[in-house]
Amino acid sequence: MATSKNIKAVQKKSAPFVSSVKSAFQNYAPAPESSDHIQLKPQYNLFINGKFVKPLSKIYYDTINPATGKKIASVAKGNEKDIDAAVKAASKAFESWSKTDPKERAKYIYRIARMIQERAREFAVVETMNGGKSIRESRDIDVPLAANHFFYYAGWADKLEYAFPNRTPKPIGVAGQIIPWNFPLLMAAWKIAPALATGNTVVLKPAESTPLTALKLAEIIQESGLPDGVVNIVTGFGDCGAALVNHPKVNKIAFTGSTPVGKLIQKSIAGTSKKATLELGGKAANIIFDDAPIDQAVEGIVNGIFFNQGHVCCAGSRLFIQENVAEKVIKKLKDRMKTLIVGDPMDKNTDIGAINSQAQLNKINHYIKLGQKEGAEIFQPECSIPSHGFFCKPTLFIGTSQSHRIVQEEIFGPVLTIQTFRTIEEVIEKANNIPYGLSAGVWTDKGSKIFNLTTKLKVGVVWANTYNKFDPTSPFGGYKESGFGREGGVHGLLPYVNF
Amino acid sequence: MQLDILKTYKLYIGGSFPRTESGRFYKLENNKKEVIANICLSSRKDFRNAVVAARKAFESWSGRAAFNRGQILYRIAEMLEGRKMQFVEELIMQGASKANAEKEVRQAIDRCVYYSGWCDKYQQLFGSVNPVASSHFNFSVPEPTGVVSVIADENFSLLGLVSVIMPIIAGGNTCIILASETKPLCSITFAEVLATSDLTAGVVNILTGKSKELHTHFASHMDVNAVVYCRENGEEAKAIAELSSLNVKRSFFWQKIWTKAENENPYLIMDLQEIKTTWHPIENIGVSGAKY
Repeated sequence: MATSKNIKAVQKKSAPFVSSVKSAFQNYAPAPESSDHIQLKPQYNLFINGKFVKPLSKIYYDTINPATGKKIASVAKGNEKDIDAAVKAASKAFESWSKTDPKERAKYIYRIARMIQERAREFAVVETMNGGKSIRESRDIDVPLAANHFFYYAGWADKLEYAFPNRTPKPIGVAGQIIPWNFPLLMAAWKIAPALATGNTVVLKPAESTPLTALKLAEIIQESGLPDGVVNIVTGFGDCGAALVNHPKVNKIAFTGSTPVGKLIQKSIAGTSKKATLELGGKAANIIFDDAPIDQAVEGIVNGIFFNQGHVCCAGSRLFIQENVAEKVIKKLKDRMKTLIVGDPMDKNTDIGAINSQAQLNKINHYIKLGQKEGAEIFQPECSIPSHGFFCKPTLFIGTSQSHRIVQEEIFGPVLTIQTFRTIEEVIEKANNIPYGLSAGVWTDKGSKIFNLTTKLKVGVVWANTYNKFDPTSPFGGYKESGFGREGGVHGLLPYVNF
Repeated sequence: MQLDILKTYKLYIGGSFPRTESGRFYKLENNKKEVIANICLSSRKDFRNAVVAARKAFESWSGRAAFNRGQILYRIAEMLEGRKMQFVEELIMQGASKANAEKEVRQAIDRCVYYSGWCDKYQQLFGSVNPVASSHFNFSVPEPTGVVSVIADENFSLLGLVSVIMPIIAGGNTCIILASETKPLCSITFAEVLATSDLTAGVVNILTGKSKELHTHFASHMDVNAVVYCRENGEEAKAIAELSSLNVKRSFFWQKIWTKAENENPYLIMDLQEIKTTWHPIENIGVSGAKY
């Protein structure tokens, strides 16, 4: 058949580009972070009402290190009944916590921030072991930012009346919080810190593949003396999350995860008085104009898509390059990609760590095949990847168009699609022509162009001449199908108060 | 004796006054059961046309200077003032006492003036410059959510309409609004006010008809960004919240007594705003050096 022949021809033509030069960067001596001092228990229980308790089902599941595929610990598989116990504890704790002197509330949160800082190294190592992200990122980004979030929101606890002109904010009640596996500790901090500062209590469900740093955080919370039941952490799977969403005593849902699950949550709380914040998927445009500082832009492209293996909802996964500089940018980008080190996440030289799970790796590989089938030209640098564990080479697709599924759908991996454009109107139209609206990048030397773009792009965060920067004072969240509500900054308080 | 000219009440879509494409109507009766007008019974297609008009108007309206939006909202108040007697008469026709009718119109005018003033002020109250720890300049501003569909209050023919349209358009959004089913007269007369206030065509689109027929379409349309429901029907409210999840539409339930002063405030504007944050490197700040 003609069609299948054509596909084969395309596949042959677009076989991965193989670099003939073996980069010197690949030959760095290993610099592994030691995990000797890390104390992990063989088994982890649920954290409910200030105590670590066995799951009612008595069932535990294995949590693994995605870089090796080996088991690290077994973790309690919470169910509906455990959620019920946790929500009841949170609901009871709310009575006194919401009336606690805000200055005292603040001090508990400051204490948690400090204890994370004290144990930062331990958190970084566990985060990397359990999630697969490079130790450099967990050490320099995830853990310090998590501590900073607690520190920032602690200070708001006794100043809330200044945040809402002409209003007296009141806490909502029990916040049910469901977080993803890409930034396990950081997302826990984003969720818990503002909830506590505003006088709410919490039931948090970590992602099933990355529960360990949240459970370590539970240890800190217990040590901090935070009253029992103010924060409860229940590990488990999707049914556990659904039970939390649907529990009648939960007053607020905060969810970070995929758009399909977010829609399901929005639908299931319809007709109730539950408030919600949804931080969902994205497919960000990263736009390079011909007057951009090209070398910095290339760094920004790399950081935009390969940061955290591309497991980032705001990843700059749709690259738009102005036509007259496309060749130059793509060449520099390929050269830069050849220097990226994919491998042991615990090695301080590693740029791209392990893919979080087998399931995610399968999904990414599916999209890589699909991209080739759709006729795009693929580029992957020649680099060695470990023979066991879950790894994926950084991948470019050149010559893609708006109608390609790899351009429209969130891949959540180190896969970048490249399109070119001629005019500013064209790139605005293309950047916005997608159901998502979380973030975007703009690279140009011209200030007026930046402000034009930042006004026209329908996204919650615009990084101009930079990418993937985060800060506790900076609100984060999406337009359109990327969700609603903001986390971070003064705007991050609003979802946790009633007037 | 000179014969009265009876007014034909039509819809307001994209700055024009079309009849419903469906050709359907319902009879509006006063409390003596006398027919006072034939009202357009809008269809799903009318709604879809109105969404197209609202989307088309969005770029121009949201792109205007905030000051200019404030002037246009003030102009609406001026036009309303000039036609005060017409609204009072219509409210009386629909069963209000003269005193209540006059009060409602006065409040509606004041509400336009109130939101006119907010057009260029809420950004300063609800935006922020964020002191990030890295070497970046970072600021957040509210921006309009987009196209908003509204099912207006059933009881306040004019005030219920004005109280929701104003915060929505003050914030740069465009909207499609379903007027009160039992008291629709003021809505189309208000459209005549809008049409003579230099408001961009399509910014406000007004339909008459039944919420029972239209509420699911208001919530499920994929090119609508937010839906506001101002009635008491719990089943309709639930259906709207459920269908909103199709495209993560923001849904708001403004079941309010619009005569109360507390129900005019900038937080209603903020319900239909998105916070946008922009980062840019600073070449050198303090000890941290440049960070690209």
